[in-house]
Amino acid sequence: MNPWAVYALSGVAMFSVGLVGLFSHQHVVKRILASNIAGSGVLIVLVALARRAPSGVPDPVPHALVLTGIVVSVSSTALGVALARRMARLRADAARASEPPPGSGGEGP
Amino acid sequence: MDVLLDGVLALCLPLLAWLVLRTESLSQAVVLFVAFGLLSALGWARLEAPDIALVESAVGTGLTGALLMHTLSWTEETPPDIRARGRRRPWALLAVAASTLMLGWAVLALPADSPGLGPLVEARREESGVKHPVTAVLLNFRGYDTLLEIAVLLVAALGARAVNPRSERPTPDAGDDPLTGELFRMMMPALLLVAGYLVWVGDHGPGGAFQAGAILAGGGVVALLTMRMGPPRLSSWQVRWALLTGPMLFIGVAVAPLFTGRRLLELPRPYAGTLIFVVELALTVTIAMVLLMFFPGTRPPRAGAEGEP
Amino acid sequence: MSPLDFLSAAFLFGGGAFCLAGTVGVLRFPDVYCRLHALTKVDNLGLGLVVVGLALQSGSWATALKLLLVWFFVLISSAFTCQLIARAALRGRGAAPWGGRREP
Repeated sequence: MNPWAVYALSGVAMFSVGLVGLFSHQHVVKRILASNIAGSGVLIVLVALARRAPSGVPDPVPHALVLTGIVVSVSSTALGVALARRMARLRADAARASEPPPGSGGEGP
Repeated sequence: MDVLLDGVLALCLPLLAWLVLRTESLSQAVVLFVAFGLLSALGWARLEAPDIALVESAVGTGLTGALLMHTLSWTEETPPDIRARGRRRPWALLAVAASTLMLGWAVLALPADSPGLGPLVEARREESGVKHPVTAVLLNFRGYDTLLEIAVLLVAALGARAVNPRSERPTPDAGDDPLTGELFRMMMPALLLVAGYLVWVGDHGPGGAFQAGAILAGGGVVALLTMRMGPPRLSSWQVRWALLTGPMLFIGVAVAPLFTGRRLLELPRPYAGTLIFVVELALTVTIAMVLLMFFPGTRPPRAGAEGEP
Repeated sequence: MSPLDFLSAAFLFGGGAFCLAGTVGVLRFPDVYCRLHALTKVDNLGLGLVVVGLALQSGSWATALKLLLVWFFVLISSAFTCQLIARAALRGRGAAPWGGRREP
């Protein structure tokens, strides 16, 4: 088997693993991790396909696309993380509001 | 020997991905994710994509890993739902298996050798002003993509700030630790040197604004986590300028050819190399600032000890 | 194979052995401080030997110098991370150093 095909199949497997994780997990951080993993799988498939050139020099256009893709996935991760932080704070506020006043203070010292 | 390395790497990557998602402790999952990212950087290097290997290890793994770790200290670490696995229906597994097989078959059915756009880029590389084909594609042939990507970065940074408008901003406190300060002073020149080198080398080898910006942002993150610096405020004019120089300069360079009867982003040939270098320098500053803005400050120590294993 | 190849192979194998020892230490040592010790000291030595082995093969002074610079930067960053992690463990979580007793 060609080396590029090995990596392309590996990328497909990573995508599937990430997809399963995305749908089977409830926790936000796990979902962010899963979507990152699925994204990495797609990017690996792209670069593996760029490797097919008969001249041996890989095609630079998918490389540039993948560079863009990694940076965009980082910014989407950062936005997801910011939303997760917001959710955690809202949940903490709600928990504090529903608690009786003497027991306030979160987890306690 | 090569086959062995490729095979082991290709097997380890999905396996590690599965471990990341299966681990019950969140902090362990993030550490495994960082290991996964570094292994995939090795994979990029094996696929002859050194630019991507650099970006992956600096941005995709280093900064993302730090960001996720940092987030765990902000969100309460509730253990993820362990019973999620039990809830998975058999038909879902079947569907995933079917789609994996289909995708794998589709990939293998592609022609085994296709030159792609490589020869075209190679033929026109002389005109782009730079010698490295990936930089030529990023900043000249597909300049649109990079321009819009910077816009995406800016929007994400503004969005992250808008969602948490009044996050606690601890005042910077250099602390009483002489060793940290000394090590920090040792690290800074090295960081600047590496970042400058990466921008410069992007002209003829793997490197460029993203890698350099990520390295600068890494230094900023260390300063943030050791409380030597507060998180950047959107209200300060230095931060605003750092955020805007890259996009403004890039838009200017993109629009200027319109006035001389050329098309958008059609860089004039004798100056193309210089223009690309200047744009990359400005983009480095912007990217570093945007990546740094993703990090909230350290959490005030009111929560005390977290139940971290 | 020339003598230079043998020399560089010896360095590379030595570096690999040190990295392996460092990894075993990370997996087996009892507390965070001991593990940091294994990770930073042993792995840096391993990396240094690998760098020397590669520099012998590189064939040009510029590449060899760049490789040595890579090692130097890794030394700085690992010294810094080691100190930061140890400080966070000691002050943040109050992890007590291992006292030398045998783990049950």
